Amino acid sequence: MPRGAIIVDKERCKGCGLCLVFCPQDVLAFSGEHNRSSYDVVCMKHPEQCTGCGFCAQTCPDIAIEVYRQKKPKDGS
Amino acid sequence: MGADTIDKVLMTGNEAMAEAGIRAGCRAYFGYPITPQNELLEYMSAHMPQAGGAFIQAESEIAAINMCYGASAAGVRTMTSSSSPGISLKMEGISYIAGADLPCVIVNVVRGGPGLGNIAPAQGDYFQATKGGGHGDYRMIVLGPSTIPEATEHVMLAFELADKYRGPVMILADGMLGQMMEPVVLPKPVDPATLPAKPWALTGAKGREPNIVTSFYLDPEELNMMDVKRESRYRQIEEQEVRYEEHETADATVVIAAYGSVARIARTVVKMARGEGIKLGLLRPISLWPFPYAPLRAIADRVDAILTVEMNAGQMVEDVRLAVAERAQTPFYGVLGGLVPTPKDILREVKRYAG
Amino acid sequence: MPVSTENMVKVFERPNSLNESQFSYCPGCHHGVVTRIVAQTIDELEIRERTVLVAPVGCSVSMYQWFRCDGTQASHGRACAVATGLKRVNPNLIVFTYQGDGDLAAIGTAESIHAANRGENITVIFINNQIYGMTGGQMAPTTLLGQWATSCPDGREGSLAGYPLRFAEMVAQLEAPVYVTRQSVYDQKRIMATTRAIMKAFRYQVEGKGYALVEVLTNCPTNWKMGPVEANRRLADEVVKTFPLGDLVDRGQSG
Ligand SMILES: Cc1ncc(C[n+]2csc(CCOP(=O)(O)OP(=O)(O)O)c2C)c(N)n1
Ligand code: SF4
Ligand code: SF4
Ligand code: SF4
Ligand SMILES: [Mg+2]
Repeated sequence: MPRGAIIVDKERCKGCGLCLVFCPQDVLAFSGEHNRSSYDVVCMKHPEQCTGCGFCAQTCPDIAIEVYRQKKPKDGS
Repeated sequence: MGADTIDKVLMTGNEAMAEAGIRAGCRAYFGYPITPQNELLEYMSAHMPQAGGAFIQAESEIAAINMCYGASAAGVRTMTSSSSPGISLKMEGISYIAGADLPCVIVNVVRGGPGLGNIAPAQGDYFQATKGGGHGDYRMIVLGPSTIPEATEHVMLAFELADKYRGPVMILADGMLGQMMEPVVLPKPVDPATLPAKPWALTGAKGREPNIVTSFYLDPEELNMMDVKRESRYRQIEEQEVRYEEHETADATVVIAAYGSVARIARTVVKMARGEGIKLGLLRPISLWPFPYAPLRAIADRVDAILTVEMNAGQMVEDVRLAVAERAQTPFYGVLGGLVPTPKDILREVKRYAG
Repeated sequence: MPVSTENMVKVFERPNSLNESQFSYCPGCHHGVVTRIVAQTIDELEIRERTVLVAPVGCSVSMYQWFRCDGTQASHGRACAVATGLKRVNPNLIVFTYQGDGDLAAIGTAESIHAANRGENITVIFINNQIYGMTGGQMAPTTLLGQWATSCPDGREGSLAGYPLRFAEMVAQLEAPVYVTRQSVYDQKRIMATTRAIMKAFRYQVEGKGYALVEVLTNCPTNWKMGPVEANRRLADEVVKTFPLGDLVDRGQSG
């Protein structure tokens, strides 16, 4: 069970690659899939390594990334 | 101090226009010192804060007009004043104000030019005021008062027109009007709170969609639409806001066309001429834009000559000639350099065309 | 690959102060990062409904189209004068300008300095990308010595074209400003520091403390002709040598 996850809004991503280098866990990679503006969109190559730290989202100039984090046990019920 | 309560006072034109501004509900004035309009700025510095408004002696005329842009965008009646060289600096800002559909009143106490020129009264800024000055397709209502009481009335009128048509309105005065003293009846103060609401103003997007004040439309279709809309307002202004005065024109064979301080002198000339049996009249454009083309054309059909007199090398005369076409002679008499024409000089010119 | 967010909480999302439009900035442009931080700050301070933004002429010229706040657009360089007019007639508004180095520190130098000197209670976000982005990469007042630009093809030569203008330092000499700082966004630590600085600048305005300037060293991948990752390295290794990071003035702490 990964500690975090991200969702990339493919149409917002401009394929700049900044999130890739900001991710401390090597989670991200270019997907090879191009969006309507023909940018190569980022995806999670190793989703299991994501900690939900949010570094990728902080650096994304186009706010293409939403970040999720595992609820702490007390949030659970 | 006195002006707040007493309604008939002896004031310089500059002070009277400032006080009239405050009474018109103006609550933001930004300016920069330049002779011969300093008294307007100085009056505002003392009285605007008392009225609860904003006053700043700005770092330049450019800053002042852009402060006006901001204050007007916030929905407040806003005014600035300057004299010729300073008005040149304001021109970019005036274009933006026109492009963003913002009301603003600008007083130009015109002095001798071009360049630094001098501080004597002149009318050399007529083209700049009425034909553009700033860039782009915009128009500015221009009022040319010829007495201090009229200048005072024009301030009130200028604020009304600026709000009604959402654009810049200029009062084109001159050094004589600014510096001279005359008794004036000040208008009744307007409470800004009672003025019509400005739903477009930047007051914070609370409980409504955001308001945007801009002149920037990257898409040509969109800019065209905004420009066409503004143009239609300009046509409406041309139909409804032409102002002029005719004096002794009914039986005239020669008519002087003059505005501002020169028109005041021309009234004396009419009296002198009539004393000598010369049927002289005066047509005084009050709104310089929109210009009274039709009244001039009507007069042209029944007179021999329309003599335009200006304190410049011939600027308004181009509009007079446009109006008159070939219907009558359209001579011009002008004095330059900040000189003021004497009634005698003008009468001598009149005689060249009278009977 | 589908990603499951089951049992997870959202910890980062699009700021509510922004609408759904895409920024018009180029891929990897730091303008987007700073614009996002400003929007997030407005959210956190809950001031969206009384904020008015003043867009400059530059790559952020149409910034008001992306915000759910009232906004206007100033002529090139005059944003601080426009902001002054807005704020003086309605002190309840939260007014900020967002200006490039050409806009704020070349054509608008007088307006920028004098608004600071009067201590206008406004927030100035200054995007120092050392270039004229919008017009295609001409020299800015902040262009580094030796840096190539389309209007200094042999690199900026100080004796002919002047030296990189340290605007934050200039403003820091004045008595009125309450907060003057220079930040950057080339790594995570810097992004967090910029976020805190922009928050402080706006908070001081909300508290009525006065003028704040946040200069942010940013990139222009398009006109630097450099990928965004390499551009981050350039900022960290070179640009900060001319433009040192950190707070220059903070008079807002007490009271
Ligand atoms: C009076 C005037 N002069 C010049 C321009 C052209 N112009 C547009 S943006 C710009 C420079 C923008 O550079 P900067 O302020 O650094 O913003 P950036 O695009 O780098 O964010 C210039 C010179 C203009 N719009 N108006
Ligand atoms: S949230 Fe952190 S770990 Fe997850 S992808 Fe983004 S940067 Fe990597
Ligand atoms: S930082 Fe944003 S725009 Fe750039 S590649 Fe990552 S998701 Fe796409
Ligand atoms: S030109 Fe430069 S500053 Fe402008 S949006 Fe593109 S990368 Fe950003
Ligand atoms: Mg720049």
